[in-house]
Formats: sequence, structure tokens, C-alpha cells
Amino acid sequence: MRADIVVIGGGPAGLAAAIAAAKEDKSLNVLILERDNELGGILNQCIHNGFGLHTFNEELTGPEYASRFEEQLDGLGINYMLNTMVLNVSSGSVTAVNSNEGVFTVSCGAIVLCMGCRERPRGALNIPGLRPAGVFTAGTAQRLVNIEGYMPGREVVILGSGDIGLIMARRMTLEGANVKAVCELMPYSGGLKRNIVQCLDDFDIPLLLSHTVIDIKGKERVTSVVIAKVDSNSKPIPGTEQEITCDTLLLSCGLIPENELSRAADIKINPATNGPVVNESFETSVPGIFACGNVLHVHDLVDYVSEESSRAGKSAARYVSSSIISVGAEIRISTGSGVRYTVPSIVRPDELDSDLIIRFRSTGVFKDSYIDVSFNGSNKIHRRKQIITPGEMEQVILKREDLLNISGDICIAISES
Amino acid sequence: MDTRYDVIIIGAGVTGCAIARELSRFDCKVLVLEKDEDVCCGTSKANSGIVHAGYDAKPGSLKAKMNVRGNEMMRSLVSELDIPYKQIGSLVVCTDESLRGGIEELYNRGIANGVTGLKIMEASEIRELEPNISDDVVCALFASTAGIICPFRLNIALAECANQNGVEFKFDSTVTGIEAIGSGFKVTSSGGEYCASVIVNAAGCHSDEIHNLVSSKKYHITPRRGDYMLLDRSCEGLVNHVIFPQPTSLGKGILVTPTAHGNILIGPTAIDTDNKDEAPVTSEGLAKVIEGSAKNIKGVPVKQVITGFSGLRAHEDGGEFILEETTDCPGFFDCVGIESPGLTACPAVGEYMASLVADRLSLSLKSSWNGICHDVKKPFELSEKERAELIASEPAYGKIICRCETITEGEIIDSIRRPLGARSLDGVKRRTRAGMGRCQGGFCSPRVMEILSRELNVPLDSITKNGGSSKILFGRTKDES
Repeated sequence: MRADIVVIGGGPAGLAAAIAAAKEDKSLNVLILERDNELGGILNQCIHNGFGLHTFNEELTGPEYASRFEEQLDGLGINYMLNTMVLNVSSGSVTAVNSNEGVFTVSCGAIVLCMGCRERPRGALNIPGLRPAGVFTAGTAQRLVNIEGYMPGREVVILGSGDIGLIMARRMTLEGANVKAVCELMPYSGGLKRNIVQCLDDFDIPLLLSHTVIDIKGKERVTSVVIAKVDSNSKPIPGTEQEITCDTLLLSCGLIPENELSRAADIKINPATNGPVVNESFETSVPGIFACGNVLHVHDLVDYVSEESSRAGKSAARYVSSSIISVGAEIRISTGSGVRYTVPSIVRPDELDSDLIIRFRSTGVFKDSYIDVSFNGSNKIHRRKQIITPGEMEQVILKREDLLNISGDICIAISES
Repeated sequence: MDTRYDVIIIGAGVTGCAIARELSRFDCKVLVLEKDEDVCCGTSKANSGIVHAGYDAKPGSLKAKMNVRGNEMMRSLVSELDIPYKQIGSLVVCTDESLRGGIEELYNRGIANGVTGLKIMEASEIRELEPNISDDVVCALFASTAGIICPFRLNIALAECANQNGVEFKFDSTVTGIEAIGSGFKVTSSGGEYCASVIVNAAGCHSDEIHNLVSSKKYHITPRRGDYMLLDRSCEGLVNHVIFPQPTSLGKGILVTPTAHGNILIGPTAIDTDNKDEAPVTSEGLAKVIEGSAKNIKGVPVKQVITGFSGLRAHEDGGEFILEETTDCPGFFDCVGIESPGLTACPAVGEYMASLVADRLSLSLKSSWNGICHDVKKPFELSEKERAELIASEPAYGKIICRCETITEGEIIDSIRRPLGARSLDGVKRRTRAGMGRCQGGFCSPRVMEILSRELNVPLDSITKNGGSSKILFGRTKDES
């Protein structure tokens, strides 16, 4: 089998990347390989609204947002295979399996990695206690409620204030469950402010910051959990234990980009994002393999996924269409104080056809502070921000003409006033 | 229904099922009663998965004899029953010159027990075998006959093989009473009443209670909890052998080992408790596991943990396996105090107990017996050609359900349809590994539930995690109740 571009994953990132690649060069043969039985990825179970404000200036549900992309595929001649699991990736070759073809290999000009992310499970959190039924990651519970149409619990405690946990607090409440508390280990929420307001505050669900679950009880099904306040080292404080009767514990404690294929292909991974290191074209350390969406770094808004993925898809198309190999300078984008990571972390100014958007997350909560961008040590941008939190992605836009004249590194930092 | 049997075995762990398989060679009617919903639900499911060489136990003890014989039998059993197993060898590591004598003592004990393949290695040789070994390593006892095994498949395969040779199994049947009547026994259980000429007690942590129902000589078992951490398969290569510290009175200590499926396992702790039914993981236990693993191996990537679990060892006060016909209750046979090396010993215990029972009942061998039993077909362990043929004839083997472990719908269907098949999420997990990977069933559990519901023809909301009241769902979203 042969394709010009193979897109691995048909969720929001894969759809946008495939569409942008096909639009960039209509002669290219673009193939999406999707492991689930439908396109759209996790959007299919996100039946709440709030998607598309940036992309379409509308508030759409997840399935509606996905369909805006899916309906473009046929017109652009984009092929896709469902129930198809990719087993191995290397430069110019993708091996996958499905029921019709068995194990098969697609040779290709470029690959776009769009595998998304998975939720951190209970086991990885070292939560003590028994192992009864009734402990779910928030996304699994979301699938059970929204796709299967079943209730995974009636009396619920949620650990972690990631966005899916917040959305599920509201969803379970609307379905008649009693959500007793959302506990967050950190002194700040991991989710978007708008989700705290719309999903917790509006339903009088308490958000307990600096709290964690220290015991799970119940032999067959959860009967209660014990929560406790934690100190500044995230250690439970004796005497603050509180037992909450419940039948369900939902976990929303972080998302992990699914880079097993990338690692096996020897693609360089950024330990801060758990995603590939990419340049301005979203190209990884292996030429011809691009990455975008949550497999690259975890996003809070799907609009940003689509926008980045469009750029990645376009870059992949250009890579296949032109045989020119970049010879221009490579500039490193480094993280200064207060910045956990940036995407991209490398820029080749010669390759830019427009201004460069750099997205990043902070290491903590900063109030009344400044985002600083310096070029080779001298300050270029000094922008005031009222509040910066790790739960909301930040961005700076650097002008193409400025980058063309730069020498040395770019550094992004947060400074308190 | 005829409720009379020649033999009732109480407990469907590795010991009970190994005895069942050995007894199935003989012309007799055997029933296994199990309190849980499946085989492999107690000590057999939560242990180190090690086939020990046999140098630990005191020479002359039943523990020593059964360990060495079990180790020897295991090597042929794994091919007969299609069990994942690797004879990777073990190292008992000494990190303090003043304790070298302990290694020599273990070596001598091993020789006395009849263990072959033992050797005392010096630091330089150990470093070559194990690059991540502690800088403090002095010497180690190397045992070439030690190995790693999938404890789930071992237990399940023994049961499947017994079942295909006529042994019956009844689940959800907690034994509550045993009464001597005539020349046999009446057994009362939560699943019904059954009569048998002979009872074999293989009830693990509860074997003292079962024994004490019929005998005036009382036994006492302390459940000794062991916490473990299982690390992601990306940690493969951290160690190449089973790495033990030097043993103490509480056991073999915290080991670091590859598993038969390529993960790294660290643990167990040894914490005496009074609860035989619940084995919670504690933060103190996990801290001890991390601390213990670091003594012998540098840079154990504990952040790569994918799950923590704990198991209970059935420690009898006497510290020895009790394998005998109870003196004051003829026809009642005990397997009491089966703690480590119980997993390794199970083939030998099965052989030994079956011979005792066969003598007691003057049983004769069946004219035909099938000791071979195949595991669920695994398309990704087949050759390319075989796999292509399998998927072409049964397309479900081309559809991946568990992404982390690359488990197909075909494997899950097989695990449900086969004899003594899976009826719960955990049952599918132990038979196929679906849900055992790094996402711990986050993606696949709703899909496995759908397949269970379809195959068993039961509503989705009746599916359990592991039987009893461990239901996953509480009815439809729009239900009133």
C-alpha cells in the first residue's frame, strides 16, 4: 500500500492535519488510520458545548465540531481506514492491523502523528486502599454516560480538577448523581476557569484545593474514600482526614501523550511535555515525521489543536511536494523562569511563511506578572498579564521579519512585578 | 442433580487446581468448590510470579522438597499447558562483606536440597550480568533454575486441563460446614450441599478455618500482606534476572524482577494482618517497596509505575507446608500454610496430594487422559503467515481492543467462550491481559464490557469487575431509580 501522507489518528488533530495537507496540494494522496470505529476521537463523547469559539465563532458540541471537519474529507479525496491500529512507524513506512487487511504496511512520503493522549490511571497515582469496582478515570466515565448511556455511579467524589473531571462533575449531577467534592492536590485548579464556574460553582460542588484521597474502601464496590489536606510538599497532614461515603471515585489527574509509537521510532521526546520535540513546522527529530494535537502537548482548547494541526498538515504536504532540504539556521527556544515548556522549541526562520505562534504553560500560578521574550539576552516583549495558571495555555506571537534577523537563542520567561 | 463425588477440593487457586489436574488422571468424580467467581482469585493472583530454585527452605522440609520437585516439573508443565515462562535465573545479592557467610549458607542449603545450577558469583561477574546492580555488591548466589512465570495462566491452565478431563467446578460457593457422615462427608456451601468420600482442603488463607471445622488439632494462619508495584514495559532491561536481597525471618525480601510479560515488578513487603479477605495497598507499604528495591538496583524508575497491588500469604504458625491426611479425621486431606514457594511447588503438591488420595480411595488410572491445554490464541505471537491466515478466517483477531497490550477482540471472545471462561472484567484481564497495560483499562474496559454482555447474553449493567456485588454500572442514565 502507498500514500503520500499517512495521518495516524482521526481525532481533531488528525482531521485538521489531513484536511490542511490535502488543501495545500490537491494532488497528494492522504490516508488517515483510525483505531476506533468512527472518526472524531474523544470529541464524540464530549457532548457539552463550548467547542469552536475561536475556529467558527460559534459554540458547538464535540460531535458537531468533529463533523465540520469530517464533512470536508470526501470533497478533498481524503481516504481513511477505521478499526485500524498502527503497530509501528518509521521514516517513510507505517505498519498497521485491521480485520480486513490483517497486518499491512503503507509506504509514504510523510507521517503526521496524531495519536492524542490517555488519562493517568489510578495505578500510576499510587492511591492506597482496596481495588474495588467504582474507580474510573473521568474520560472512561464520560464514555459510559454519553456513549453507552449508563450511570457509572450515584454518589461521586472526584480526584483532580482537570477539565474532563470538571465537565463530568456537571454531567453526573445533571444525570441525577450526587457529586460530593472535587479534591485537587495542588493549591490551584488544573482546569479552565470557565469550567470551574460553569461546572462546579453553578452546582454548588465544593472544590477542595490542597486535598487528596488517602484511602479507598470497599471490597467489591467503593463504599467510601478518605480524603486529607496536604502540606506544601503534597504530603497528607495528619488529623485532617475526612471519610466521605460514596460509590464512585473519578480521576482527572492529568493526561499523558501517547508516544509509544514515537519512542519506538527513536523520535526525540521533550520530558516536560512527554511529546516529541518539534520545530516551527511541527516536524519531529526524524525528518518527514510530524506531530500535532495532544500527542505533542496536552491542550485545553480543541480550537488550538485544530489550528496547530492545520499548520502541521500543511508542513507535511510541503515536505512531500518539495524536495528542498532546509539549510537555514536553527534557533533554540528556551524556557526561562516560570515557563514549563514551549511548543515549538526550535525555529528555522527561513522556513516561516508567517508570524510564529509559540504556545507555553507556566510552572505555577502568577498574579500581576509579565511575559518576557528575549532574543539573545535582550528583551523583545514585556507584556503584563493579570493571572497566569498552569491550567490555561499561554501564547506569544513573534514577527517573521524580527526572526529573520535574529542571532542566538530565544528565551520565554515569566517575571513577577 | 447428583451431588455425590469421590473427592471435593476446596479452593481453586494454584494448589487446588494442580491437585484437580493430577486427580483427573484417575477414574474418579471430582468437584472443586471456590468461594469466588473464578479461579485464581486469592493468593494465586497476587504474588511475585517466580519459579524459585529451592535453596531457601530448610533441608528435609516439605517446603524444600516440594520446591525442588515443583521447579523440575514446571519446566515440562509450561509447555504442556502453554504457560508464559522464562528460566532467567536468580541472584541473591550480598551488599555487605560481613554478610557473605549468609550467601555461603544459602549455597550449602541449596546443595543439601538437591538444587542444581548454583554458583557463588563475585562482584565483577555480577556487574556484567546486571549493569544496574548496586555499587555495594559484594557477591551473590546465582541459581540458574529460577524463572518467571505468568501466575494467572498457570492457575487457569491447570483448571482448564482438569475440567477437560472431567473435573467439575462450582464458583461462588463458600464452604460453611463439613460434617462426617458414614464413610464420607457432607459439605455445606453458599452454593449448595455436596457429598464426597474425601475432602482436600486447599483453601489458602482460609485453610485453617476449613481444617478446624473437622479436627481438634487446631491450625492458625496469619495473612501476611505483600505490597507490589508493577512498572511500565518501557522499563524492560532494568534487570535481567530475579534479584533478591538476602532473606530474613519474614521471607525472601523485596525483589526486583522482569515479569513473564516484560514489565518490571518490585516488592513484596511482609506485613502481618488479621484480615484474610482484604488486602489494601498502603502508602507505607509502597514506600517500603521503593526503599527495598533501591538497596540492590540503582535507578529503579518508580515513576513508571502502572499499578500497585497487594496479596496475602497464608502463613501458618509452624512455618511449614502441611500436606497430610488429618490424623483425627480420616479422609480429610490438608494443604495448609501454602505460602512461598507455593506457586513453584504447586505441580509437586498436586502430584503428592493426588497420590495420597488415590491410595486412600484405591483409584485406578483412566485409560485416556489429555494433559495438553492451549492458551488463548495470540495473533501477535504467531508468524506473519499464521497471523494472516488467522485474521482472514476469523476477522475478530484483526481488531485491537486493548491498545496498550495489543489484545484483539478474537482473544477476548475466546477467553469468554472457552471452558471455565471469563465472566467478569478481571476474568478477561487474567486470561488475555486486556486492561493490564499502562492505561489500566481506561480505553478498553467499556469495550470489554460490551463484548462480555454480548457473549454472555446479559445486560451491560450486570457486568462485574470480579463477581459478587462488584458491578460497574448502576442502570441506564434515564432510569428513575
